[in-house]
Amino acid sequence: MSKELEPLADPGLPVHVNRKADTDPIAAKRAERQVAILFSLSGVGTLLFIYSFFFIKDDVFIFLPIMGTTNAHQLGVGVGVAMSLLFIGFGAVHWAKTLMPDQEVIAYRHEMRSEEKDRQDLVATAKEGAAAAGLGRRPLIKRTLVAAAGLAGLPAVILLRDLGPLPGNSLNETSWARGTRLVTDPGDRPIKPSDLEVGAVAQVMPELAPGKKRKLEDIAKDAVLLIRIRPSEFQLDPERLSWTHEGIIAFSKICSHMGCAVALYEQTTKHLLCPCHQSTFDVTRAAKVIFGPSARPLPQLAITVNSEGYLIAKQPFSEAVGPSFWERKS
Amino acid sequence: MTARERVAGTVANYVDERTGAAKWMKKNLQKVFPDHWSFMLGEIALYSFVILLLSGTFLSFWFDPSMRHVTYEGSYQPLKDVEMSAAYASALHISFDVRGGLLMRQIHHWAALIFMAAIAVHMMRVFFTGAFRKPREFNWILGVALLTLGIVEGFLGYSLPDDLLSGTGVRIAHAIIQSIPVFGTYLSFFAFGGAFPGEVFIPRIYIVHVLLIPGIFLALITAHLMLVWYQKHTQYPGPGRTEKNVVGYPLMPVYMAKAGGFFFIVFGITAFLGAVASINPIWLYGPYTPAQISAGSQPDWYMGWLDGLVRMAPPFETYLFGYTISWNILLPGLIIPGVIFTGIALYPFIESWMTGDKREHHLLDRPRNVPNRTALGVMSLTFMVVALINGGNDLIATHFDLSINQIMWFSRIGIIVLPPLAFVITKRICLSLQRADREAVLHGRETGRLVMLPHGEFIEIHEELSAEKKFALTQHEQPKAIALVTEDNQGVLNPKGLRARLQARFSAASAENIAKPTAAEVKELESGHHS
Repeated sequence: MSKELEPLADPGLPVHVNRKADTDPIAAKRAERQVAILFSLSGVGTLLFIYSFFFIKDDVFIFLPIMGTTNAHQLGVGVGVAMSLLFIGFGAVHWAKTLMPDQEVIAYRHEMRSEEKDRQDLVATAKEGAAAAGLGRRPLIKRTLVAAAGLAGLPAVILLRDLGPLPGNSLNETSWARGTRLVTDPGDRPIKPSDLEVGAVAQVMPELAPGKKRKLEDIAKDAVLLIRIRPSEFQLDPERLSWTHEGIIAFSKICSHMGCAVALYEQTTKHLLCPCHQSTFDVTRAAKVIFGPSARPLPQLAITVNSEGYLIAKQPFSEAVGPSFWERKS
Repeated sequence: MTARERVAGTVANYVDERTGAAKWMKKNLQKVFPDHWSFMLGEIALYSFVILLLSGTFLSFWFDPSMRHVTYEGSYQPLKDVEMSAAYASALHISFDVRGGLLMRQIHHWAALIFMAAIAVHMMRVFFTGAFRKPREFNWILGVALLTLGIVEGFLGYSLPDDLLSGTGVRIAHAIIQSIPVFGTYLSFFAFGGAFPGEVFIPRIYIVHVLLIPGIFLALITAHLMLVWYQKHTQYPGPGRTEKNVVGYPLMPVYMAKAGGFFFIVFGITAFLGAVASINPIWLYGPYTPAQISAGSQPDWYMGWLDGLVRMAPPFETYLFGYTISWNILLPGLIIPGVIFTGIALYPFIESWMTGDKREHHLLDRPRNVPNRTALGVMSLTFMVVALINGGNDLIATHFDLSINQIMWFSRIGIIVLPPLAFVITKRICLSLQRADREAVLHGRETGRLVMLPHGEFIEIHEELSAEKKFALTQHEQPKAIALVTEDNQGVLNPKGLRARLQARFSAASAENIAKPTAAEVKELESGHHS
């Protein structure tokens, strides 16, 4: 920048002003005592910690203003540690601020860039080295080396192959099959339409073969919500209407956005809401998305009753449940 | 010579004879550090990291990173006989049956929040004061890497207890991985060892959380600090402070005592929070199962903006030739964060290109003196804050009795409208502050003392600023815009036509300033021309 824009001369560092402890021995002595007291308080904190750790039972609760009922063991141990640390810090900072020299000193910077000669020497050395290796003159070596080094990275990737199985068709499949009975979760009891009153909602799972345990990855795809409303309230096309039974409609509970459990059902509006990202689905219109980031309705499970009157799946889910993925057919 | 001095001498001699370090040690013990409260922000991040290492090591003695099914038998009665993973059971064990375990868990979690907050605020300080400029661009990039790693590390950390809340977070991360076009499904199957949730992700993220990322952290932090050391710290402008010097206190003893003491203070405050402020009470959430969820699910604050972006994304997917592209996940979950972090990392180079300034800078800027950068910074922060607010939209709706749909629409519109508005307002505020500085230098400080002159006129007494203050308000440079060269004197068009025009436009915007008082103006006033 040009000089005329530098309007005022730098007056230089302000004159150093002595602190009281710099000149007055009594003030210095007082500061010394203060630092010592702070360090001693740290010791008190350590004692509080040791006492609380060994002698306060962890089921003792005390009442404190503001904090309310608090576990005394946890409080004593924690506040003890906090005090023992804090007061060392306070002491050290107070010591530095009152008794250590507070005269600012000046150091000088050097420019980051090296001397011109060193820079030229470096270039010369690098050129010499490269010339000695002869890479420029022997392109065959250079090219094969680059190719080999690139290929040598492949094993690092391929070695990770067995981290997991290939997806195959598994994302499109659930445990629901034609005739699978709907059972309560928890409880695993088969249910009849009469178990659900109008306005009721229930979480169901596909019935398991006896003695089998449900895996988390099955729950993550199989969970279904059963909702009963008045049949006249449905606004469905004939096919979807035939998937319901006496006003009972079944949807995948796994959000079509990011897979959270769509757990909030608003009885008055008949909306299902996902608590993660607030996608809202209209139960009366086959879980059409009416708000939020989800792009697809919740998949509907076709249900009916079997000869014994228990609710069963009429057919498997007609589409993949849960969040979207690249290979998903829509 | 006292006995203590003799011992010190012997030790120094012993070390020097084996390392030859005397000269280097002497120089570095006298290393000068400028003093300013805002330089402590990075220190807080560093100390929080040390606290995280210490408390995390403690937790690892009891934590069992396994998804083996167990039945809970510990002393927390409400979950007695409940089936859960060994990870969750051991996290409960640490909380209820290891003395000091809950304290350490809470210290670890608080330290993580403070770590991320300190990094974010430290980064703002570096940005708004221009400390990232040449020669410190590498260190800025290291800082962006540390911030990014910190977000990942924090997320993996709070996913480990395998409670209902953390499992929900993992579910969302899984959906983001799965949404990647072409190979996302494969990636998610490799990461989770099969379908979600599987039985391997806890041990896998555990080793990444306790070994891989902390190792990278240690390496990057070391490089970050070595660069600060080698390049010497920047300093705020003021009398006696120039581009060629560093004014401050020597490492030994003042800085050692202050920084060492400050470590204990940060640790003490974190311990105090861990003692009195409950954080992540995992026992209330219960074990994770994919079919359940708790209302008001929230990530930790440094992930909140990401969740807020996901929540406000429009419901948009493309179906092409039997394949699905989920823009509603890709855009807020990967593309926008990618653009933001790349932009942050490249900003030093972008600014240097916009202003044409390629020189070294060791004196910091006052934010008002660089209105364009300050406005860009506030603009970006506004974007993040709107996203963060939307990340808590369900809680805001329930706490303040608002409609969640309205908050969502406020965010969707606000995230586009508010940042540019923030830019314009910030730039105007900066220019007004420059005007105020100019006033103060030329006419002094308003004292609020009113005086009636003999002829009845009222005037306010203005007090002339000290020479130090005047210098501090006028020492900065005011860059000139780069002149646009469309064609050379032979009439040949500039081959960098569009780029040159853009650069000229940006540099004109950067050069928009209130002219600071010139030497002539100040002299005129000093010669007794008070009005």
